[in-house]
Amino acid sequence: MIENIDLSMVNWARAQFALTALYHWIFVPLTLGITWIIAFYHTIYVKTGSEEWKNLTRFWMKLFAINFAIGVATGIILEFEFGTNWSNYSWMVGDIFGAPLAIEGIFAFFLEATFFAVMFFGWNRVSKKFHLFSTWMVAVGSNLSGVWILVANAWMQHPVGQAFNPNTARFEMQNFSEVVFNPVAVSKFTHTTSASMLFAALFILSISSFYLLKGRHVKMAKQSILVAAVFGLLASGFVAFSGDEAAYEDAQNQPMKLAAFEGLYKGETNAGIVAFGMINPAKKVDDDKDAFIFSIKVPGILSILANRSPGSFVPGIEDLVYGNAERGIMGAQQKIEKGKIALTQLDAYKKAKKADNQVAATAALTLFNAHKDYLGYGFLEKPEDAVPPVAMSFNAFHIMVVLGSLFPLVFLAYLYFSYKGTLEKQRLLLGGGTILFFLGLIAHWAGWILAEVGRQPWAIQDLLPVTIARSNLTAGTVQTSFFMFLALFTVLLIAEISIMLKQISIGPEEN
Amino acid sequence: MQQTNPFQKIYRFYMDGFRRMTVGRSLWKIICIKLLIMFGVLKLFFFQDFLGTRFHTDEQRANYVLSELTRSVQADISTKGGKQE
Repeated sequence: MIENIDLSMVNWARAQFALTALYHWIFVPLTLGITWIIAFYHTIYVKTGSEEWKNLTRFWMKLFAINFAIGVATGIILEFEFGTNWSNYSWMVGDIFGAPLAIEGIFAFFLEATFFAVMFFGWNRVSKKFHLFSTWMVAVGSNLSGVWILVANAWMQHPVGQAFNPNTARFEMQNFSEVVFNPVAVSKFTHTTSASMLFAALFILSISSFYLLKGRHVKMAKQSILVAAVFGLLASGFVAFSGDEAAYEDAQNQPMKLAAFEGLYKGETNAGIVAFGMINPAKKVDDDKDAFIFSIKVPGILSILANRSPGSFVPGIEDLVYGNAERGIMGAQQKIEKGKIALTQLDAYKKAKKADNQVAATAALTLFNAHKDYLGYGFLEKPEDAVPPVAMSFNAFHIMVVLGSLFPLVFLAYLYFSYKGTLEKQRLLLGGGTILFFLGLIAHWAGWILAEVGRQPWAIQDLLPVTIARSNLTAGTVQTSFFMFLALFTVLLIAEISIMLKQISIGPEEN
Repeated sequence: MQQTNPFQKIYRFYMDGFRRMTVGRSLWKIICIKLLIMFGVLKLFFFQDFLGTRFHTDEQRANYVLSELTRSVQADISTKGGKQE
């Protein structure tokens, strides 16, 4: 099957999707996170009546508006790409994604048309309480509108509440609440939103540190830092908690992803997590090379992460590819055989229906249903095709974890020096603080790379590989639009950065 | 002058808000240009719906996707001289 597919097209389509998604994800987490911090600033203003807090709130609102305006609709391009580059996939998931994405669109429209306007235009025009309520509603609404796209993404990682219809070639929704309350969706939503809150706190720390270094807007910067650092510290706790839950869900539903992001080739009891190490990028599942160039592991932690039990067994890549009878793990080869039966019976069903042979159709459908959970494996050539890029998954996970562990220490340092009253004298901390925003962005991107690269080769876990999800287009067609996007995104990013820098340079309105 | 009509009030609220915008004017320009490029150029010329433009009915689209899914089976059958497993 693979040899019939233009892999170059698939890879260009992947690259284009990655480019668009990563670009989109510069703006989204800031929007999701900063709205909460602005709501807190606004609340303090309403409680105290202080003009300083009002100016501070308006300043951060303005930066939020710039971010929102540049980021708005960049996600629509992802939907364009679905229809053009990933048409088989789009067709097959249309019934599942239609409802959540429609809800998101309608929700976002009403939210933006009402509360956004009141938040930005409402100063001295509506009552203070209603104005504050609108600011909080923007925070709540922005985050809730993000639920639906995360539900859709989670479904691809763990496709629950669906049944494949062999007549329409579509996955059809059987249980809406199962799709919405998919445990992967819950952990994805909590992890993404808490990480976005953390990211927004880093953004505020970066700009406020810049002001303190320059000796400008010192009081505003210190007030901003105090709230953002407390908020960021609390968010860090939620990020750790929800990240642990996400890893647990990976272990239950995508064990290959878990094994890949820890570079675990051979399954272990009391499995450890790599505290320091460099993975060997040349290592393949079917060779005898060492998995690591060097590594220091903390024993038992991966077992706790995966199974909530320190002595438990965590399957490695080899167990999942070649099977482990002792542990009751089915290998990919056996799954490929089942998948091929599902595909053969799907073809037989199609032909029997065409020939109006009801008996043959029923027999084929019965066999298909018995093997449909392995449908995607039927497209794989060999068991090793079920392995994602291990080095990239490992590096993405560890970059994310290292940065995620650094951030609470940074927040604590900012809070400590704020408490001591010597924050503006900490030139080293403040200098490093100006790049926190970029570190936060890298952590977010690493998280998404882990989530998406780690689940390869699947577009829909176990059911549809990306090589089949694509459209029958040439690589050249996708290349053209890839470079157009690159140009468009670069121009938009330059526009955002220049408008943002100009506003930062102007600072808060002193009225 | 006191406005009593709630629709008038809402209209004035939005109009005054838009009039008083400073940075917002540049942002709206960027949003409009961006949407024009996205829908007027990219969607129209580069991102046509693959199945939507090639087929007229959902039945045709379903048959096409089914044939894509079972292409490997067809290839196996042809290499094995028409014998299905």
